[in-house]
Amino acid sequence: MKRNRKNVDKNPLVEAIESRITDAILKYGELEFHDVEIEAEELEIVLQPMMHRVVVPVIEKKVKELIKVSFKEPKIEMPGKIVEVKIGATKSEGGTRDRVLIIGGETLPPYYYILGKEVMPHPPIIGADVFDMKIPLPRVVRQHFEDVLDDPIAWAKRWVDKYGAELINIHLVSTDPSIKDTPPSESAKLIEDLLQEVKVPITVGGSGNPEKDVKVFKKIADIAEGERIVLNSLNLDMKLEEIGEHIRNKDCIVIDFSPMDLDKAREINRKLYDYLPKERIIDDLNIAGIGYGLEYGFTVIERARLSALKGDEELQHPLVAAASNAWAAREAWLKMDPYWGPKEIRGPAWEIITGLVALLAGADYLMVVHPLSLKVLKDVIDFLLKGEGPRIDDIYDWVSAKF
Amino acid sequence: MPWKAPSPLEIYKLLPRTNCKACGEANCMAFAVKLVNMEAKLEQCTPLVTEEKYRKNYEALKEILSPLVKEIEIKSPKRTVKIGGEYVMHRHELTYINPTAIAIDIDDSMSEEEIIKRVKLIESFYYEYLGRKLTLDLIAIRSVTNDPKKFAKAVTIVIENSSLPVILCSFNPKVIEAGLLASPGYRPLIYAATKDNWREMADLALKHEVPLAIFSPGDLDMLMSLAKTLTEYGVQDLALDPGTFTGKKGLSYTIKAFTQLRWKACNEGEKLAGFPLIGTPITAWKMVEGDNQTKAWWEMLIASMLITRYADLLILHSIDGWVLLPLVIWRFNIYTDPRRPVSVEPGLRIIGSPDEYSPVMVTGNYALTYTLVSQDIENAKISCYLLIIDTEGIAVEAAVPANKFTADKIAEALKNSGLSEKVKYKVLIIPGRAARLSGEIEDATGWKVLVGPLDSKDIGPFIKEWWRSEKLKELLES
Repeated sequence: MKRNRKNVDKNPLVEAIESRITDAILKYGELEFHDVEIEAEELEIVLQPMMHRVVVPVIEKKVKELIKVSFKEPKIEMPGKIVEVKIGATKSEGGTRDRVLIIGGETLPPYYYILGKEVMPHPPIIGADVFDMKIPLPRVVRQHFEDVLDDPIAWAKRWVDKYGAELINIHLVSTDPSIKDTPPSESAKLIEDLLQEVKVPITVGGSGNPEKDVKVFKKIADIAEGERIVLNSLNLDMKLEEIGEHIRNKDCIVIDFSPMDLDKAREINRKLYDYLPKERIIDDLNIAGIGYGLEYGFTVIERARLSALKGDEELQHPLVAAASNAWAAREAWLKMDPYWGPKEIRGPAWEIITGLVALLAGADYLMVVHPLSLKVLKDVIDFLLKGEGPRIDDIYDWVSAKF
Repeated sequence: MPWKAPSPLEIYKLLPRTNCKACGEANCMAFAVKLVNMEAKLEQCTPLVTEEKYRKNYEALKEILSPLVKEIEIKSPKRTVKIGGEYVMHRHELTYINPTAIAIDIDDSMSEEEIIKRVKLIESFYYEYLGRKLTLDLIAIRSVTNDPKKFAKAVTIVIENSSLPVILCSFNPKVIEAGLLASPGYRPLIYAATKDNWREMADLALKHEVPLAIFSPGDLDMLMSLAKTLTEYGVQDLALDPGTFTGKKGLSYTIKAFTQLRWKACNEGEKLAGFPLIGTPITAWKMVEGDNQTKAWWEMLIASMLITRYADLLILHSIDGWVLLPLVIWRFNIYTDPRRPVSVEPGLRIIGSPDEYSPVMVTGNYALTYTLVSQDIENAKISCYLLIIDTEGIAVEAAVPANKFTADKIAEALKNSGLSEKVKYKVLIIPGRAARLSGEIEDATGWKVLVGPLDSKDIGPFIKEWWRSEKLKELLES
């Protein structure tokens, strides 16, 4: 504001305003201007020197009304598409499963879940873990399956009947030569029985021993022909040429395992394209729980999915993430100072948050070991894909609410 | 277009090019490289900032290097919390910069004792992880009474008992003003301007030179309108809250809103979206049906999702350890620099008070590996020599196939450690995950290899069973 006492030709209107302002200041001690436009070049106001404090709008404050702009949702187009993989076959398709699960088909990154069906054509699925022998499991998990831990079929039935599992991941850990070295024929018998007793689709995991797994998978493929089971998993240490064609003939799906390495993922996928259609391959890039390297799994999944959508054809496969790896974290199972809460809550929380992070990065298929994880992750997927819009009243007054 | 790192040459051209070393680097080119990698601050170049002749270049560099999400500071006299300052949408495109700040609320209807008790809990919270203390950042003071005097009193109690910066929460400008006057020397965040009170809130933010949050739940058009209006009004330090809805009624909107706002800022250069984002998982306490544990549970889950998806600041109500534990760890994890794994210095570590009969163990230099292994050894009350190999911060399991945990590296480290002269048994205990290297290691070092457990938690029983003179003699003679 300029002061110019020499100005004798003062506009009478300005003089009138000056005196009113001065009066107001004398009366109220302070004055704020609202809804005024001041052109500083033209206007000169002389105020009486007795005022204490004047709050004057700065010149930039020309804004009187809300300026309306709209939020334009980003229009994202990406050239790539994830292949659709069908897991399980019903009677009409030559199998005996009670449902078919389809994953993949995305054309946009996973955070576009929320845009609904066009970009997330199939909801992510969750498989429930079962082991073919008693293995060390956290007590928090064990207590839900205590009586069935040495009966994998009963364990799987518990999952389906009581907890509503849509998919069983059975892990044949006992086939490991350094554990029980269970022969392939015995494991095949177990899977045959499991297919009889449980009608949801099945994923069969090996022991991680590359030579033995090839033998086991061959037998499993034989007895499960036509069921479109998932073999978990193939990796570059295996003699893929010994099993590729067999898997194709028996109509199996495979998980390609290449921990944290997109080059290896491309390489194994490429090798298997010689035997299998793309629609039969799922990729596992590995994941660890919170505090144990989850950020590596998160980033590798995100990178894989974005590359695929940008057009990298060798990565255009659905992704699986074993959220159950979260239980390796001590915070998930260790008894801690009471402040950190009971492990009955911490454990599932660890597995669930690991699963949520994987979903947000792009996972299509999660594996879990705790029943609560299955339920909560299913709920969240439903909220994301089928949820309703927000209602302002639900939260508007949170700042003044008493909790 | 997504943010693209400028080239070091582009930066170098605008620097003084005098190689004066004032920044601490050997020359201007080295400093340019650090700037491009976000490893140095422009202001470290003092000539650039102080000398008139560089003013233009300084402005140009600031523009080139400025983040796409504005960095906002919230301060107490003792501490500063920075939110925003981000460049990229996806972590692997660079790195995320300022970890999501976590605020816990208190409200002005609480008694003085209640407030003090809660403030102390917030202030003293920490979890030790990888040798660091993970802590909480801010206190959000809410006006439940809508009474300026009561609010000012609550603010006074908080700042007398805590050194943390604060967020002042009310939609009533008179309440906020009372809070501002009660916190001299602070730079609180005002929460929040809405479609109804924006002008008064903006005046307060300008007068007191503090940042201002905008709250527009469920309405992104209004959020952008307010951002536009307030920027034009002269408020430059803004933060955006699009509303945090939990559960069936709005979780999908919430994830979508945060993601799209960040997309607009980072990939389309939309300035109105280029402000820090505020999530309020505390709203689960209003929205979720059920007991307190159920509310806290969903508060934790939505918070974990918002840490993953772009929240720069979260306001929570739960102070329970089980709610906060996964959040502070995951926040630390996702904000680590993907270009540099979290590692510890390689070399020899002495655990306990080892003598010439003590075991020698070897592991990698991934920080988590080192922390767990050394803790397990200490807990088992074993005195030993622990040799840390430079695996470039990768865990042993992954370092073995990637040729970063090799027999040659171990031989080299063993030689440099001088352990041959210190111990009687030339027996090296290697991680179970590196079992397949045992032959190679024996050849490269001339020591005998003893394959340790797969998980370091079993080191105690392992040593008990194997570290006995008769077993060792047998091994050494084999």
